[in-house]
Amino acid sequence: MKKIGAQIFIDCLLKEGVDTIFGFPGGAVLPIYDVLYDAPLNHILVRHEQGAVHMADGYARASGKPGVVVVTSGPGATNTVTGIATAYMDSIPMVVFTGQVPTALIGNDAFQEADIVGITRPCTKHNYLVKSLEELPRIVKEAFYIATTGRPGPVLVDIPKDVLMAFADVKHPEKITLESYQPNYKGHPGQIKKAIDMIMASKRPVVYAGGGVILSNASDELQTFITKLGIPTTTTLMGLGAFPGTHPLFMGMLGMHGTYCANMAVTNTDCLIAIGARFDDRVTGKIDEFAPFAGIIHVDIDPTSISKNVKVDIPIVGDVKNVLKELIKGIPGPKGVKEFKKNLEEWHAQVTGWENTHKLSYKQDPKGKIKPQYVIEKLYEATKGDAIVTTEVGQNQMWAAQFFKYDKARTFLTSGGLGTMGFGFPAAIGAQIAFPNKTVIGIAGDGSLQMNIQELATAVQYKLPIKIAILNNMVLGMVRQWQEFFYDKRYSHTCISVAPDFVKLAEAYGAVGLRAKTIEEVEKVIKEAMSIKDRPVLMDFKVDQFEDVYPMVPTGQPLNKMLLV
Amino acid sequence: MRHTISILVSNEFGVLSRISGLFSGRGFNIESLSVAETLDAKISRMTIVTRGDDKVIEQINKQLNKLINVIKVTDFTDEEHIERELALIKVTSNPESRAEILSIVDIFRAKVVDVSPRSYTVEITGDEEKINAMTELLRPFGIKEIVKTGRIAMARSPKQK
Ligand SMILES: Cc1ncc(C[n+]2csc(CCOP(=O)(O)OP(=O)(O)O)c2C)c(N)n1
Repeated sequence: MKKIGAQIFIDCLLKEGVDTIFGFPGGAVLPIYDVLYDAPLNHILVRHEQGAVHMADGYARASGKPGVVVVTSGPGATNTVTGIATAYMDSIPMVVFTGQVPTALIGNDAFQEADIVGITRPCTKHNYLVKSLEELPRIVKEAFYIATTGRPGPVLVDIPKDVLMAFADVKHPEKITLESYQPNYKGHPGQIKKAIDMIMASKRPVVYAGGGVILSNASDELQTFITKLGIPTTTTLMGLGAFPGTHPLFMGMLGMHGTYCANMAVTNTDCLIAIGARFDDRVTGKIDEFAPFAGIIHVDIDPTSISKNVKVDIPIVGDVKNVLKELIKGIPGPKGVKEFKKNLEEWHAQVTGWENTHKLSYKQDPKGKIKPQYVIEKLYEATKGDAIVTTEVGQNQMWAAQFFKYDKARTFLTSGGLGTMGFGFPAAIGAQIAFPNKTVIGIAGDGSLQMNIQELATAVQYKLPIKIAILNNMVLGMVRQWQEFFYDKRYSHTCISVAPDFVKLAEAYGAVGLRAKTIEEVEKVIKEAMSIKDRPVLMDFKVDQFEDVYPMVPTGQPLNKMLLV
Repeated sequence: MRHTISILVSNEFGVLSRISGLFSGRGFNIESLSVAETLDAKISRMTIVTRGDDKVIEQINKQLNKLINVIKVTDFTDEEHIERELALIKVTSNPESRAEILSIVDIFRAKVVDVSPRSYTVEITGDEEKINAMTELLRPFGIKEIVKTGRIAMARSPKQK
């Protein structure tokens, strides 16, 4: 039977198991919106296309399912770019559909034409321009396949309006094969054996786990592996939650704002086991002095990650979950493990020593201004950690990483690679839509939040009980901190005290606004916010403007040269 | 060090810009690039000459392989292979110099493909050394223009035992 292109498109989505899409209409996608009018799909109407992409991203990070976005051509498409680049840097599975001007007009500078395939080529895993209705089902299927397999990532599909309006009787492919795309899932057995040998011979091992563990749904395997051997563990920002934050073997995050313990352990380890992590410069500090005494094992599904920044001794290309299973199988019997653990005693003592010398800390004067870290701790206490936390970018992000403990994967959602201000709030909306009954907290800076504040309308429209906690320091805090440390306290253009009254703003949108100016008010505000179940709450915490994030490894310094409180 | 890399890609629109974008976006350099269809019209071959230390070349290979449209990447550097390039050289000529130019052309087994009262256009095929050697010999006469195809390469068939 012949069907209109837009209907075939929606059929393709349904066949992929899509139930939720984030979108914003416009001329080029009118045919799709006409079909959506009575399609069995949950469409979330956003207020800005960037918001749609971050929502789909938050949805994907929280649920593991690919996020789906539909926007119109031209400005609709270009508004998605920051969101796509954010997802690309963090390897988040997502498919973005953009409308395009009719095929005959492409290249003519037609109204609302933008070469979005050209624009997004470097920030998508792959992208397509659909040239005929006949190829649409195959391309949609390939798009989802590519987005969700191997190292995941965003895929963009640009669909001209005439394709959406054509009629055809098309077959949906059951299977697709891509000759040139075959990710390698199984680690090489020889390499796995070598890795086990290196680990078992080590006396000061460290596991350094990243976001890849979460993407591969391998946190159970990771935990089994680590606890069997008793290896001290650190994670990257993206890896928080991959290993329980409250576990005695967890040393905290490493890197620029990592814990003293994690950074010292990585500097002194003789065997660094990197799992689903990519040696980002925010993690390694000065690269030549990173883990100088260590043999390095690196497990990653993406061969380009291996030996890109740091020379690796034993690379294992494969899916983290599969490789961890093999590593666990390779662990010697009880006698070998016992001996190994005995050899680690000295190392554990040293790690504990570091743990106790410089714990993450701050000073809360009971009569003074609210410290932002205090707010995070109280949020943790109020939820007992049972929440999905999203962050914006800056100091708020680092304090959320340091002072909230994440015991489960997919509960800490943050823009790690691109560091996109404006990510956290829409990501919280996406997470809440994926998990309507969970507590979702968006930890925000007053600067970042204003980058996508318009999505309050979306959150109100869908009655989402998101808790936004603004650590309101009236400055672009992280930039101010760098100016304080490295630019002689010349606070150039980082003061944003001209800001809306966030409580009134929340109310204007139909959300709830609450404010805490004193320490006593913090817990009261949190308690009240947690009791609201039918709409978003914005908590405005007036915090100390001059609080800094510690520890800090200044750029270009090795990890053990930290500025400490 | 210089490497000649051959890339088989699916013959789709936009592939060239994916590859060149990868090089420019990651700061890899391209000394020359040539593209044409293979025997299979669905597949094209690109030959890229690039430069870099081992680490850079390793990244180039891996990054190319990561592109969805790339089917196969071969680095010819450590393999027995044949390389060729074609150049068109327009050289100033006058009655006094003509004979000498023609003899150079002859020695290099090149060809004169266009003649005008004031110039010869010479076509030469060969590896880079040969083309450079001839260019240097022609230079004193006054080279007006050079156009080169960029290098192409093919692995040598294994010798019979
Ligand atoms: C879109 C974008 N623009 C600029 C930056 C640079 N930047 C990084 S942190 C920061 C300050 C963020 O301020 P705020 O949201 O108030 O958070 P705080 O650091 O005060 O917690 C800025 C401007 C960025 N990361 N993203």
